[in-house]
Amino acid sequence: MSAFLSIDNVSRLFGPNLTTGEKIAAKLGAKVETRSVRAVSDVSLTVARGETLGLVGESGCGKSTLGRLIAGILPPTAGTVMIDGAPVMENGAKVTTRVQTVFQDPFASLDPRMKVGDTVSEGPIAHGLTNKVKTKAYVAEWFERVGLDPVWVDRYPHQFSGGQRQRIAIARALAMQPDVLICDEPVASLDVSIQAQIINLFLELTRDLGLTTIFISHDLSVVQHVSDRVAVMYLGRIVELGPVAEVFGKPAHPYTDALFGSVPKLVLDADELVHFDTIEGEVPSPLSPPSGCYYHPRCPLATQACSDQQPLMQPVTERREVACHHFEEQIAKGLDKAV
Amino acid sequence: MSAPVLSVRDLRTHFFTRAGVVKAVDGVSFDLAPGEIMGLVGESGSGKTVTGFSLLGLVDEPGRIVEGSIKLNGTELTTLSDVELRARRGRDISMIFQDPIATLNPMLTIGQQMKLAIDAHERLGKRAADARATELLTQVGIPSAAARLRAYPHEFSGGMRQRVAIAIALLHRPAVIVADEPTTALDVSIQAQILYQMRDLAAETGTALIWISHDLAVVSSLASKLAVMYAGRIVEQGPTATLLRDPRHPYTAGLLASLPAMAPPGAPLAQIPGTTPSLLSLPPGCPFAPRCDRATAECAAEPEITFRGDRGWRCFHPVGQAEEVTA
Repeated sequence: MSAFLSIDNVSRLFGPNLTTGEKIAAKLGAKVETRSVRAVSDVSLTVARGETLGLVGESGCGKSTLGRLIAGILPPTAGTVMIDGAPVMENGAKVTTRVQTVFQDPFASLDPRMKVGDTVSEGPIAHGLTNKVKTKAYVAEWFERVGLDPVWVDRYPHQFSGGQRQRIAIARALAMQPDVLICDEPVASLDVSIQAQIINLFLELTRDLGLTTIFISHDLSVVQHVSDRVAVMYLGRIVELGPVAEVFGKPAHPYTDALFGSVPKLVLDADELVHFDTIEGEVPSPLSPPSGCYYHPRCPLATQACSDQQPLMQPVTERREVACHHFEEQIAKGLDKAV
Repeated sequence: MSAPVLSVRDLRTHFFTRAGVVKAVDGVSFDLAPGEIMGLVGESGSGKTVTGFSLLGLVDEPGRIVEGSIKLNGTELTTLSDVELRARRGRDISMIFQDPIATLNPMLTIGQQMKLAIDAHERLGKRAADARATELLTQVGIPSAAARLRAYPHEFSGGMRQRVAIAIALLHRPAVIVADEPTTALDVSIQAQILYQMRDLAAETGTALIWISHDLAVVSSLASKLAVMYAGRIVEQGPTATLLRDPRHPYTAGLLASLPAMAPPGAPLAQIPGTTPSLLSLPPGCPFAPRCDRATAECAAEPEITFRGDRGWRCFHPVGQAEEVTA
């Protein structure tokens, strides 16, 4: 598998922005919060051309931050992101237009005072993908592609419904003719009946345009539907990575197993009392993560080794990796359950 | 089956705005037995939250209940005065909201807030009130509850805050709790913990629950019966499992078919065309007709709800009808 998009040992820290006064106070021994949050911790990934990688995890796991690092919106503290051998960022500035993002909330991501046609054409004009003469036809083409009537180019965002706005946001990203598309929870704020429309549009466009996609979502059923491979994140680290069917079918990390077990499933049997496999406790504060494996305080398989030593990503099968000292035990447990 | 603790008939709550009359709730009827959990599902703007607010008499100007009856333990709520309603709200019927950060007072400790909620309906000394609060916090799964009474809301995580809100709703052992998307803002692992506990609490205390949600999977794992709302009406109601296995209203069928789990990975999903109509300009007749592939000229008239056993639907051309006729 050739790596089209490669993410090498990327980390991102968020520290408090201390004022001069606070810095002096800290030096003098006052209680000032100086710890940093390691939102993304030493993540390495490769994505093949045309592939869709799903990124799942609970809030605060760093999936959106990782998406922003790949998109060149945030500079990484360490590590590099490369598309087709060329870096996304140099000296803290984005140097490519080959990666674009669709954000979660189309109410916040579109400028309310800008006509939607101008929103879509602003980037392509600035980067010479179209010129003033051809703009109208160019925007109309993208409007049609995402299922919007081109006569609406002179309207403002408030004149559209949530689903239509998300289509405009998709048109804006695609009009830049990117190779890589980052979708950060693109359907989370939409109604169920509209979600299906946008997912279908997404599937159609990524296939037709051959886009390489990072699909970030907390909704596992959506990720399962659209992705080829999936990465599971916990407290800034990737804990499991592999083809969707394998990871969802036979989780190799106890967290993946517990996360999937927590998702309510559609119950069609009246007498079935649903059993929730609940995870004990809550996600620890990223300001003071536990030692060793970050998941060990909540993990049923944890041993002394888990609190002493951080497990590194290791291959399970050819295309699968997991960061767990006890993944063989976890897989065996999954097989027992299936029998 | 025991007598219903809550009985709602033909409830209509309209908002009289400058732009026109918004019929947010327009014909809602259901019964709820003690300890029963009913799921109220629908998309945004379908009227599920306004239904919940109407039950507690929380509808503000320019809205009001224009028609219908709400009987709680035999008492008609729609004709009560504000004072009489206030005496019941929180004691006989209470509500849990979606966002616990907005419902808890950031300036008061959890213990103070729970004491206020107790004082609203009962005279209880500080010590007894603390004991009751501690008992309930423990019941909803808050560790070292007695010490946490002195904590402020910001010291709790989102999941823990929602547990506090649930504990407050349970303080007076109400007959009915209306829960408005209480787990929507939470992570799945925390949601699973809370769903699990709510089901046990309902069974244990005999409190009936109305669980408002847009997520069919969540309600299917919790509720024994379901009501599906569209444009202010209940378009279909019945026992959860049979309703989901064999939906009769085309809207319910369309919603179920559009779930990603219903299609093989990567395949296009079945989609309901169009968007939800604005409540200000509803089409005449069946509000779902413009989006419905079964609609005919007959649908220009509003269908009444048809009951068949414990199932009910509001449609002239229900899904699965052909099979029924031949059978």
